[in-house]
Amino acid sequence: MPNMSPKKNPMPSQEPAIRARNFKEVTLGYTAEIAVDEANRCLHCKNAPCVQGCPVNIHIPDFIQKIKEGDFEGAYQTISLSSSLPAVCGRVCPQESQCESKCVRGIKTEPVGIGRLERFVADYHNSLENVEVNVPTPNGHRVAVVGSGPSGLTCAGDLAKLGYQVTVYEALHLAGGVLVYGIPEFRLPKKIVQKEVDTLKKLGVDVETNVVIGKTLTIDELFEMGYEAVFVGSGAGLPRFMGIPGESLKGVYSANEFLTRSNLMKAYEENPTTPILKAKRVAVVGGGNVAMDAARTALRLGADKVYIVYRRSLEELPARKEEVEHAMEEGIDFQLLENPVEILGYHNAEDRRDPKNGFVTGIKVIRMQLGEPDASGRRRPVEIPGSEEVLPVDCVVISIGTSPNPLIKSTTAGLEVNRHGGIIVEEETGKTTKEGVYAGGDAVTGAATVILAMGAGKTAAKAIDEYIQNK
Amino acid sequence: MYQIAKKRVLNPTVTMMDIKAPLVSKKAKAGQFIILRVTDDGERIPLTVAGCDPEAGTVKIIFQVVGGTTELLNHKEEGDYIADFVGPLGKPTETEGIKKVCIVGGGVGCAIAYPLAVEFHKLGAEVHSIVGFRNKDLVILEEEFAAASDKLTIVTDDGSYGTKGLVTEPLKAALESGEHFDAVIAIGPVIMMKFVVATCKPFGVKTVVSMNPIMIDGTGMCGGCRLTVGGKTMFACVDGPDFDGYEVDFDEAMMRGTMYADFERHAREEACNLFQKEVK
Repeated sequence: MPNMSPKKNPMPSQEPAIRARNFKEVTLGYTAEIAVDEANRCLHCKNAPCVQGCPVNIHIPDFIQKIKEGDFEGAYQTISLSSSLPAVCGRVCPQESQCESKCVRGIKTEPVGIGRLERFVADYHNSLENVEVNVPTPNGHRVAVVGSGPSGLTCAGDLAKLGYQVTVYEALHLAGGVLVYGIPEFRLPKKIVQKEVDTLKKLGVDVETNVVIGKTLTIDELFEMGYEAVFVGSGAGLPRFMGIPGESLKGVYSANEFLTRSNLMKAYEENPTTPILKAKRVAVVGGGNVAMDAARTALRLGADKVYIVYRRSLEELPARKEEVEHAMEEGIDFQLLENPVEILGYHNAEDRRDPKNGFVTGIKVIRMQLGEPDASGRRRPVEIPGSEEVLPVDCVVISIGTSPNPLIKSTTAGLEVNRHGGIIVEEETGKTTKEGVYAGGDAVTGAATVILAMGAGKTAAKAIDEYIQNK
Repeated sequence: MYQIAKKRVLNPTVTMMDIKAPLVSKKAKAGQFIILRVTDDGERIPLTVAGCDPEAGTVKIIFQVVGGTTELLNHKEEGDYIADFVGPLGKPTETEGIKKVCIVGGGVGCAIAYPLAVEFHKLGAEVHSIVGFRNKDLVILEEEFAAASDKLTIVTDDGSYGTKGLVTEPLKAALESGEHFDAVIAIGPVIMMKFVVATCKPFGVKTVVSMNPIMIDGTGMCGGCRLTVGGKTMFACVDGPDFDGYEVDFDEAMMRGTMYADFERHAREEACNLFQKEVK
């Protein structure tokens, strides 16, 4: 008899007031008991609409069935047939708009907590010691993967399982891409990413850090080195700025810089080697998941007041609902329907050498109202004349999106990109305009989600396998 | 891990090292830079490539001890390893069409200017080098510059070596005497580059500056190294480090450069304390 409770089992979490001051993971995960109880809410629908909602088509009812039976490792094995990074996805996937949005239980009540169950299963597996990895028989073919973010790791994992000798090239000193430089520790502990990378290494994947493809080596040179295909998952690592006065002041960061300093370079630790401004009042401009991450990071770095400045209303806020709720619980102040027009800085006209010169003192915003829908279907924000006000802050983090990194495009003849800088691919295969080169993730779509990037890595791995086998 | 193949102390605070990094050594060109970390939990710092030996697989770097990381690096010896070394990053200096060039270097900026002098010399251009230092003890690479230049002028702030004065003085004298350069390339403190540009402007000579702002990744990802050039936001790591000197907002660059001044001073002191303790 299924558990007919209308509500999901709540996620055990650190108390908002406590977690807002530490970098430990916010959510603590289901216990085995809660997991089985939640699994029992699943009706095991024959047509399994949830599976269609998953970009990598995890066999959701099957893994939940194993949880019901208490076979947690079996559940993990079921997930890993489709996903290479379950501990990551269980944490950062927008399940509410994917698998859980299709859940039959969700029609009348709350859907099954699929994401929370996925995370439980992955954490259970990762807690086991000495898990053996089946190393596949090498098939004698070599593939290079550019970038070690979610799309690259997925593509590498899938190809390695098929017997390919895969080398992943990473520009930074640490593998993981946005999972290590972008998503904060309190949402995705870095040891989990490390574990996933280690699993790939056990599968025989070679990870080469400190190699910038497009600079240290070019795509053409990778082919000369004997790789038969190349997957480009170089991400959307080019931050956008607003083009308003004051963006060069000291204390203005792109979200990428702010998060990279804190996450990758560990500036949040005591006595860090990389500095970060420990601001007391911070304005984060933007309404996506990255903006939420930046705002909550600022809080944990010791800010007393953190604003989210977003030009539309709560309804249009693109961040995941759970992230917005977490941010609100922690006391982030949402300044909605406000748009920045200028960043103000300290300027001592008497003393040019005043060390405070050039530091941010505030952000001038203008009130907006929503007009007619624009091309994106969202109602277009329009300025209300004369409604400017100044929020006094000493740090501004700009989180209005990123564009695909142009480094590879500019050094690879025959690789075409669209007007947004995204690499042009065939959607079903990830095939680019250059023979043997495939691409996926944010490098193609511009900033999107971890799971979409993984889906693209998966698609490309399949296509690369077919391409090499039919050569 | 990347091995230090060779170390040479150039002056009390400036050191030259050859780092074993075969891939980088095959690619790096004059004007490009690398990013390194000394230890696994260290910061990333950019340093200009001062030369390469592709056969030996080594890349030459020259650095001044200014902060915690350079202090740490300076305590490494031949045969030791550093954690990370990535590059080459940024665009190489444009050399095409330049038959006669004046290279102006200031202080440790001369370490960056030197490979350019070599490059232009190799390409057959006429190279005039003007290098400036605070005093005689800080003079570096004199012989090397002499070998790569058709004309070398050394100036010191206090007159303890060469001519007393600033690099802009012999530059101005040369331009006033009717010397025609296809380009003046200035590398050194931002304030020096600003005044080199001001010196060149009345003569309309093309002036290139090499910017070295605060950076993290060096691939365009963080935007921390942004500058205003010709009214537009540019990233020194991917759009530079060389820019048209007439277009760069130097005052803003100087202001941004002091963002972490307190932190850096503190880090340097910490590193010094650490080594003093070890030495005892």
